[in-house]
Amino acid sequence: MSDSSAIAQGAVAEAGTPHGEHPPYQRHHFESMDQQADATNFAMWLFLVTEVMFFGGMFTAYLIYRNWYYPAFVSASHQLSIVWGTTNTAVLITSSFTMAMGVWCAETRRKSGLVLSLVLTLLLGLVFLGIKSIEYHEKWEKHHVPGLHYSMEAFLNPASDPAVFKEYHDKPMALDMARHTELYFFLYFAMTGMHALHMIVGMAILIYIIFRARAGAYTSGHVTFVENFGLYWHFVDIIWIFLYPLLYLISRHQ
Amino acid sequence: MSDLKEIEEAQHHVVSPKIYAIIAIALLVLTATTAGVSYLELGEFNAVVALAIAVFKAMLVVLFFMHVKYSTKLTKFTVVAAIFMLMGLISMTMADYMSRAWGRW
Repeated sequence: MSDSSAIAQGAVAEAGTPHGEHPPYQRHHFESMDQQADATNFAMWLFLVTEVMFFGGMFTAYLIYRNWYYPAFVSASHQLSIVWGTTNTAVLITSSFTMAMGVWCAETRRKSGLVLSLVLTLLLGLVFLGIKSIEYHEKWEKHHVPGLHYSMEAFLNPASDPAVFKEYHDKPMALDMARHTELYFFLYFAMTGMHALHMIVGMAILIYIIFRARAGAYTSGHVTFVENFGLYWHFVDIIWIFLYPLLYLISRHQ
Repeated sequence: MSDLKEIEEAQHHVVSPKIYAIIAIALLVLTATTAGVSYLELGEFNAVVALAIAVFKAMLVVLFFMHVKYSTKLTKFTVVAAIFMLMGLISMTMADYMSRAWGRW
């Protein structure tokens, strides 16, 4: 037995029954459950602030380059499907709703409701990534993935891409502007890719939470973990709420 | 056990499913609105309207789904600090880029 655990055991022995006065999940370095919940919540929010800064850098880059290479960004964004984008926004908002319902089920100790909400959240996350992969695949087939046999054909000669040309009637672009469309797609993949990575990480944690929830872990009063995961999931939703208009919507008429 | 339950519930504001449902429907309606508005020709205001709707949607998510409306002052302050910091950094970056290419924006 190491010294520190011996000391810890001694302290417990001194205090008598260690969990008599407070819930068993209250850490002993906190004065009260109130304090523990506030500290944990604050820590989660601080993490989300760093995430805001992380995505903020990419949003700023998009803002600057869109101003510099405006015609290229406008034409390149015409390649995105507003139908897929809107569908995915609805899917993600619905997943945020099921996640919020999961937090409510945990708070009100409804075990089967919690598991159902979390499973629905996971499924909606999968639908989102499925739709995203359909979009990515289309970019791949059209050679719009930057760096990998990137093709400017759709911008030098818009009529070569009849489906998009029919809707937007873009004029042919000079080569020195058309090459900046690659920058749009770089930022598109960087931003939606980092967003998708956050969803994949979130879904991995979600699977773990589902297993723990089935064992009744979050429906006996200690909801902190589910609650803070909910904050993360809603944050990822917020990032998409901004990506959707910036990438899909604002350049439709120029 | 019953007094433990009271301890837990005292420090926790439970948001009702009714509020969650109202917010979810509002978010879906706003999504449909912003998609619909993008089909109208509004010139520069297409971007302004789209971003205003996005900010409003984000606000609903933060206040209700993320419980900030019912949170401690510390949490509220943290959220405001994040927004302030982000705005500050974006405006300083933009001020730099714009003043280096004065008149060409």
